[in-house]
Amino acid sequence: MTLTPVLTAHWDEADSHTIGGYRRHGGYEQVARGFELGPDALIQMVKDSGLRGRGGAGFPTGMKWGFVPQGDGKPHYLVVNADESEPGACKDIPLMLANPHALVEGCILTSYAIRANWAFIYVRGEVPHVHRRLRAAVREAYAAGYLGRNIMGSGFDLELVVHAGAGAYICGEETALLDSLEGRRGQPRLKPPFPAVAGLYASPTVVNNVETIANVPYIVRNGAEWLTQWGTEKSPGFKLMSVSGHVRRPGVYEVALGTTMRQLLEYAGGMRHGGEPKFWLPGGSSVPMLTAEHLDLPLTYEDMAAAGTMLGTATPMVFDDTVSVVKAITRWLDFYKHESCGKCTPCREGTGWIAGTLHRFEAGQGTEAELGMLEELCAQIMGRSFCALGDAAATPFPAALTHFRSEWLAATHTPADQAFDPVAATVLAAGATR
Amino acid sequence: MTSPTPAPGTVTTPPPPGPPPEATERAPAVPADHVAASIDGVDVVVPKGTLIIRAAEQLGIEIPRFCDHPLLDPVAACRACLVEIEGQPKPQPACAVPVGDGMKVRTAQTSPMARTAQRGVLEFLLINHPLDCPVCDKGGECPLQNQAMSHGPGESRFILPKRTFPKPVALSTQVLLDRERCVSCARCTRFADEIAGDPFISLQQRGGRQIVGISDDTPFNSYFSGNTVQICPVGALTSAAYRFRSRPFDLVSVPTTCEHCASGCALRTDVRRSTVMRRLAWDDPDVNAEWNCDKGRFAFPYLQRDRLDAPLVRGAADGAGAHVAVSWPEATRTAAAALAEAGPRTVVLTGGRLTLEDAYAYAKFARVALGTDSIDFRHRATSAEEADLLRTVVAGCGLGVTYADLDVAPTVLLVGFEPEEESPIVFLRLRAAVRRGGTQVVTVAPFASPGAAKLHARVLGAAPGQEPGVLAALAQPGPDGGADRPDLSAAGSVILLGERAAQVPGLISQAVALAGSTGARLAWVPRRAGERGALEAGALPGLLPWGRPLGDPDARAQVATAWGVDPAALPTEPGLDLAGFLAAVAQDEADAAAHAAAPDAGDGAEAQLPARRVAAVVLAGVEAADAPDPEAFLAALGAVPFVLSLETRTTEVTALADVVLPVGVVTEKSGTFLDWEGRARPFGQVLRESTAITDARALALVARAMGRPLGSIEVADLRAELAGLGRWQGPRPAAAPVAAPVPPAPGPGQAVLATWRHLLDQGRLQAGEEALAGTARPAVARTSPATAAALGLVDGGPVTVAGAHGAVTLPLVVTAMVDDVVWVPGNSAGSRVGVDLRAGAGDVVRLTPAVRSDEPGGAP
Ligand SMILES: Cc1cc2nc3c(=O)[nH]c(=O)nc-3n(C[C@H](O)[C@H](O)[C@H](O)COP(=O)(O)O)c2cc1C
Ligand code: SF4
Ligand code: SF4
Ligand code: SF4
Ligand code: FES
Repeated sequence: MTLTPVLTAHWDEADSHTIGGYRRHGGYEQVARGFELGPDALIQMVKDSGLRGRGGAGFPTGMKWGFVPQGDGKPHYLVVNADESEPGACKDIPLMLANPHALVEGCILTSYAIRANWAFIYVRGEVPHVHRRLRAAVREAYAAGYLGRNIMGSGFDLELVVHAGAGAYICGEETALLDSLEGRRGQPRLKPPFPAVAGLYASPTVVNNVETIANVPYIVRNGAEWLTQWGTEKSPGFKLMSVSGHVRRPGVYEVALGTTMRQLLEYAGGMRHGGEPKFWLPGGSSVPMLTAEHLDLPLTYEDMAAAGTMLGTATPMVFDDTVSVVKAITRWLDFYKHESCGKCTPCREGTGWIAGTLHRFEAGQGTEAELGMLEELCAQIMGRSFCALGDAAATPFPAALTHFRSEWLAATHTPADQAFDPVAATVLAAGATR
Repeated sequence: MTSPTPAPGTVTTPPPPGPPPEATERAPAVPADHVAASIDGVDVVVPKGTLIIRAAEQLGIEIPRFCDHPLLDPVAACRACLVEIEGQPKPQPACAVPVGDGMKVRTAQTSPMARTAQRGVLEFLLINHPLDCPVCDKGGECPLQNQAMSHGPGESRFILPKRTFPKPVALSTQVLLDRERCVSCARCTRFADEIAGDPFISLQQRGGRQIVGISDDTPFNSYFSGNTVQICPVGALTSAAYRFRSRPFDLVSVPTTCEHCASGCALRTDVRRSTVMRRLAWDDPDVNAEWNCDKGRFAFPYLQRDRLDAPLVRGAADGAGAHVAVSWPEATRTAAAALAEAGPRTVVLTGGRLTLEDAYAYAKFARVALGTDSIDFRHRATSAEEADLLRTVVAGCGLGVTYADLDVAPTVLLVGFEPEEESPIVFLRLRAAVRRGGTQVVTVAPFASPGAAKLHARVLGAAPGQEPGVLAALAQPGPDGGADRPDLSAAGSVILLGERAAQVPGLISQAVALAGSTGARLAWVPRRAGERGALEAGALPGLLPWGRPLGDPDARAQVATAWGVDPAALPTEPGLDLAGFLAAVAQDEADAAAHAAAPDAGDGAEAQLPARRVAAVVLAGVEAADAPDPEAFLAALGAVPFVLSLETRTTEVTALADVVLPVGVVTEKSGTFLDWEGRARPFGQVLRESTAITDARALALVARAMGRPLGSIEVADLRAELAGLGRWQGPRPAAAPVAAPVPPAPGPGQAVLATWRHLLDQGRLQAGEEALAGTARPAVARTSPATAAALGLVDGGPVTVAGAHGAVTLPLVVTAMVDDVVWVPGNSAGSRVGVDLRAGAGDVVRLTPAVRSDEPGGAP
């Protein structure tokens, strides 16, 4: 396996984010091709490619588009989920900075396929530079006639709106995102009905991740078969993987699905002090952690599931042995507590309780009984909360306890900052390469 | 982000269950649109769409719940109701998942998964809860307490500091929030949004800090706000009226009927040591569902205020002078002597607040003891046209249009009627019907009131006086073929006539005609709780009980038999109504004045003063301010030689009375109200130990002293007598249609007055409830932009509305409405139309921009 530069192919060009830079490499040629194919053929093509959603759950994209009822007389909407807020995930933001037109072209093709005349890109609020760049790209696309009324004489109209959220993790959950987009407080909606039937303004809506949509022009250009040359039957294609943590060259690597973590580590220059990670998470903080023994597993949806974790956003975080597991888990739970929307009891109350108890461990004040209690509390949230944020909050601790029980027991008497020099984990540590 | 669950489409949708293995054995066929399933192994067949939690209730299987409420849309937020559904990996919220065919549901009774899930949620709910039950108003009747006991863990493992908030927050003057007790169930916010249509409260913030709140400048001033206090499953919401007043286990609860309007709400009145502590909405699916309005809930301090405790008579022997307290026998003797002399020249005005039984006693007293038919329950703007309507199509017609009919009516036309202000449960039922999507509300009004807006009502704009024309146009096929016309001919359509229809000549006739031509059903919705009962009791000239025409010999004979009197003794000629009373007194006064001015004939013989037409008046709790012209009404009372007032407290009217008999309030007696549907709403005596005398008993005492006993006046006997009489089955006189006059045409500087009362206003029965008054709508005047511009009025600026005899000055709210009309509330602080303006709907008034009186040199 090697790097598979598709989305990232021209990121090193100074004008990769401009329409000129994008068109130089065949950008926007797919619009006409899509119009030629027609909506149903486009949906079929994406189905055939086996593309799975890049937002974390890996739902088959073509199938999702197929759920949109046709000829129902209602407006349809495409909503692009650009809320990327998962701790560790950093792939959509660079993509939108360096190659925003792939997203815009993907929006045109997808909207055309699902018969939407309005599309929205919902960008998290904390990245105004990305917001500016997307708006510039959209402006350019309008000026070039790829957006607006009667695009390229096809009779197809599309208005594309870039919308900034206010910075809430829950607004990445697709139904909370829709509420937020409608001007309400972002909290997940009761399903069914699912967005494909009643989404934005109670009309059929497709919600897809940035990377998912950015894949579309390339599939249209090269055909469905083309995508399946990479990856596995269940996980075809390539994937932007953002590697962060104690590696020499953290960053976004575009690789075939099925690449192993060990290979990915190589691309990233290996661990900063050499050796192997203490623990790593394949897809952001919301998936169970793995250890060095899992480095040779292929990074696919199915292999990660078999290992008891999830590929998620495929944005691995890698930690060396300077890091206190207790402290890392505590930080994540602080995050979930802070981001819990408050709608349902298990997550609203449970995240606070777990986080508060973890702080006792971090301070070396936990008890062994509380370890059992924490496991139970996680079980009381997992599968009982209203949305997946609660499940995510219940995920980090149990795996961390399984893999590092002794460290938790130590945290019943020794504060984390005594067991692990807090400076050693940072770039300030002696010998750190970055 | 990664969601550990699969993406949409697979998350919570139950897999389509295959045919259950024992399907072939299931004996009874499942009716169409039903599904068969089992809960804890017990088979259940329910209509499709039935939620698991409802199906479980049918089987008597208890599932804990907080956010669930049968009348609110599901949110599935609290997660207390999680159950196991066979084939599903995760427990599912029973309050949000409909029963599927063949579904096998296991609750905590039989499923460890459900048991641990429910227990876990209850544990979570309790960790940050203050557990201050001993000082919490909900303690002892708290779903959290109860379900923590039944389904929760016995002990807490939580050792961290609890969440705290400064307490309490006032969501309005009436509804207070102790935030630390809130379990974020969103019942209150959903009620406000879905049921009342007043989304003035919402959940704010997020995570553990999520809390109910208002926006800074918009308090929770909803007429229905008290319901949120009742359905809050914890003690987070309390009412200023009841907060810290009592503990539930110290209360004696009595099912009652609300006395405040003709909606007929079933209430529960809670009493501690002979004092009413609070009222709650009680569950009556046929009428108020589980809701009521804030007036019915909170307006009860009047029961104990300014009460009269002894009969009063005039001190001096000549009947002049100050009131002195006397014994009942002395007072009744005095009254009896005067009334015996006045006899049929007595007029009985009963007001709209009596129970059916008391009103019946007045009707009988008038005919039997006084020999008069001069009795009128309508103490408000009325008309002969209205009386005709009541005699011909309302009285004795039994249950007519019902609430259930409103639920399914395709079109409901409101005429002279603002349901939210005048009959709040009609409003809620209509709102629910509109929300379900099958009902279109149309209103004939000068503008879209807040209530009409919440009903998404189509407004057929009409200035007072123009309504008959609007209805006439509805009856005629228009040039457009009527396509854009509200369709009253659709089966089940209803016309709701408010009591204010009587203020517009010709309107009632036009509405009756419209009902006739379209087939729509007609219902009359009075404001007061006692009006329909009084009508049925025969407290209207020309009308004996249950719609019996006075002029019909058979009717008279039936009534005479029931009353044990000689039919010949009953009056045969229709007596005076309120307007007739006022006119007769005016004539008496004119005669007297003429007599006084007449020159002596010179022969020493004085010219004979003609006998007074009205020699006495008997008043049952009428409020002067309710009269069309209160000042004229009080003047008339002053002119009548003898005034007997049966009252609960001192009023302007008792001040003029020669004899005052103190009678019991609604909690001191049992009785029946008939709601606007004609449905009997009987209630028992709340204060059992009360020795208060009912109106019926007081009348019986007077009648006995007159030597004309009324027979038993026990409530049970009166009821039996009424029931024995039954509805009139004979012929009814036809109503004489009244032609509508030309609508008033205001000149320059003028407008036509439109007015109705706010639900919460200066009404006497709301006295003493300051927290309730704080949620009332402010008094404002409304005109259209064009009218405001023509008269130089500015939005928000003060405007003086002046009639011939009075004026009110109010801030103007420029409103999209009919031109040349000014609307003001009828009885609000600063806008008592009868008392201050001394004008009525349809009168032409003058409008001038007012200078605020607090400005130097400003006019009042
Ligand atoms: C708490 C939470 C946060 C999420 N945040 C994101 C996000 O930032 N970006 C994203 O694409 N999907 C996010 N998701 C997943 C979305 O709900 C949804 O599954 C996804 O946008 C679908 O796109 P895809 O099919 O292209 O993957 C989040 C889900 C949850 C439960
Ligand atoms: S799990 Fe519940 S509280 Fe947490 S984010 Fe989802 S809906 Fe909100
Ligand atoms: S105040 Fe009461 S009703 Fe409202 S959300 Fe809180 S607990 Fe529920
Ligand atoms: S709606 Fe009418 S009957 Fe019901 S509580 Fe209010 S005032 Fe009483
Ligand atoms: S009662 Fe079902 S989730 Fe609250």
